[in-house]
Amino acid sequence: MFRKTLMAAAAVLAFGSTANAATEITWWHAMDGRLGEVVDQITADFNASQDEYHLVAVNKGGYEDTMTAGIAAFRAKNQPNIIQIFDAGAATIINAKGAVKPVQDIMEADGGSFDINDYIPGVRYFYADSEGKMIGLPFNSSTPLLYFNKDALAKAGVEAPKTWQDFEDIAPKLKDAGYEGLAQSHSPWIFFENFMSRHNLQMATANNGYDSTDVKILYNNDALKDHWKHVKAWKDAGYYGYYGRAWGANQDAFLQQKSAMWIGSSGSFGGLKKSAQFEFGTSTLPYWKGVGDAPKSTFIGGAALFAFSGHSAEQDAGVAEFFQFLTKPETQYYWHKETGYVPITNAAYELAKKDGYYKESPDAEVGIQQLSEEGGEWTKGYRLGFYVQIREVIYREVDKMMNGEATIDEAFATIEEEGNGLLKRFHDTYN
Amino acid sequence: MSSQFVWFRNFKDVLSSGSWLQSAIFTAVFSFLVAFLSIAISLFLAVRADEVVRGAKSYKTLLMWGYAIAPPVAGLLGTMLFNPLMGDLYILLNSLGFEFNHIENANDATFVVTLIAVWKQVSVNFIFFLSGLQGIPKSVTEAATLDCKSAERRFWTITFPLLAPTTFFLMVINLTYAFFETFGIIDVSTKGSPGGSTATLVYKVYVDGFLGADLGGSSAQSVLLMIMVSVLTVFQFRFIERKVHY
Repeated sequence: MFRKTLMAAAAVLAFGSTANAATEITWWHAMDGRLGEVVDQITADFNASQDEYHLVAVNKGGYEDTMTAGIAAFRAKNQPNIIQIFDAGAATIINAKGAVKPVQDIMEADGGSFDINDYIPGVRYFYADSEGKMIGLPFNSSTPLLYFNKDALAKAGVEAPKTWQDFEDIAPKLKDAGYEGLAQSHSPWIFFENFMSRHNLQMATANNGYDSTDVKILYNNDALKDHWKHVKAWKDAGYYGYYGRAWGANQDAFLQQKSAMWIGSSGSFGGLKKSAQFEFGTSTLPYWKGVGDAPKSTFIGGAALFAFSGHSAEQDAGVAEFFQFLTKPETQYYWHKETGYVPITNAAYELAKKDGYYKESPDAEVGIQQLSEEGGEWTKGYRLGFYVQIREVIYREVDKMMNGEATIDEAFATIEEEGNGLLKRFHDTYN
Repeated sequence: MSSQFVWFRNFKDVLSSGSWLQSAIFTAVFSFLVAFLSIAISLFLAVRADEVVRGAKSYKTLLMWGYAIAPPVAGLLGTMLFNPLMGDLYILLNSLGFEFNHIENANDATFVVTLIAVWKQVSVNFIFFLSGLQGIPKSVTEAATLDCKSAERRFWTITFPLLAPTTFFLMVINLTYAFFETFGIIDVSTKGSPGGSTATLVYKVYVDGFLGADLGGSSAQSVLLMIMVSVLTVFQFRFIERKVHY
């Protein structure tokens, strides 16, 4: 990361003198590894496509580091033009009054066109305000998917489950074939947030938090508790593997063929393809038949780009220009293909279809299909303050449920109490 | 990003939160264990290494080796050794019938972070103890040998009191180490899990402030931590240093 910062700084120095006519805009992001390379490529393509603006992309570490760096920079009046903020941090940046300019305003001010209906349904309103105006531009968007080991399922003579009822039928057979049925890498995201969306259940008061910061969390409900009672029973029966809160440890159980199935992100696809020593397939996130009105579409995960306020009109025009470039079908298709994140516009999805990409690798389409499933009242997203810490509480209580230190009811009571405490603190801080 | 003045509410929230209390208790237990064990083990090793006649240099070099390892690297080594799918120590402990599972069991997780932290610190202490031992005049130990046959008794009555300044210094240093520098080990190995049972106060400050963007709550925790460490340091110098003879 440090090397990248240095390289970016060197690039600024090198280009700064020669291209002094170009307006410079900075973009802080949280993409490293392969994702960082793709971001650098997109940046280079944008800079090559025009000579009015010069974009400098800087990796600031992980999602949390990037957000904290952005807050510190904004307080010091030294903020970048564009910052990448992840789903759980969206409330923090959107509720900070005057910190960001809505994407829609910026793009329209430049004389550019903006129509929220160009975006695929699943991502459209997640980073929008309660009136449906887009504040942050969805950037890397993923959704939880079920990956299954084809050999393992064939050995047990079963099909990938569509519902949790199906899972309960096949888990004993998988166990007899020598596999743990399932592992999963992100309990708060997959088994809390997306559980609510998949079953069209309300996650928080005040319209899932979009209408106000004065909200209460609604996790302590029978449908979700019932799900976790099943998960605990599966674990005790050897149908479900729990390898702690670390993403990688649970994914490894799948890669080393201990677990026959694994729920991860649609963005995990590329990485799995590289490291899996077996044939695997992709399916949609299972749901409980008869709970809520499942199946509904899932939430997007990942992050969005926000334009910080306090910059000159000239620089904001550059931001708009870049956002136009980024949402072009070609750019989106490239991003989708290289990273496994879903394309965010309908046009990009059409382009990928027309290009025959999904014939070549049908698994790449499952994520976007799931996001395009019928939506419900509670599937457009959530906006909750200090949600990063609420996720910490969830992680902690899941540990306790799994090791038996707390019963399901106790754990959910704690999540509700501490979650509401954090939401109240956020409300008092930001209002 | 915006802020409101709330008097002492952040402190009240912190002090009344169960997770802070849990973290404070863990920090106290963990610091005591790390300081005590790493001092005891390194003292034992230093006394032994000091007695070695043949190949003394190689022993000493090997024992000091760990000094060059940064805490996050030590944490990573530990994480790999305790990986549930392929960690050698994890598999060994379980094949011995311990039902060891640091992913779920808080005591086992405490064992893992303590082991890594102690292992990392032993070599530092070893260097200080070894030089302390070499600073004891030969005449004193020789005279003691004439008076007393029991090596153990000579250690407790002559060597250990003469090492007291070193031990005191190391105690202060090790407690600070356990409080602050073990951050890297915890962040790499357990991240405070399971259930927040291995999060030290410093780690909690980091999680709330730098990951959760709760700057108020995190700052209040930092202030409390500073007060606690000051009190501890004053206590050490006022009450324990009195028993040390230079």
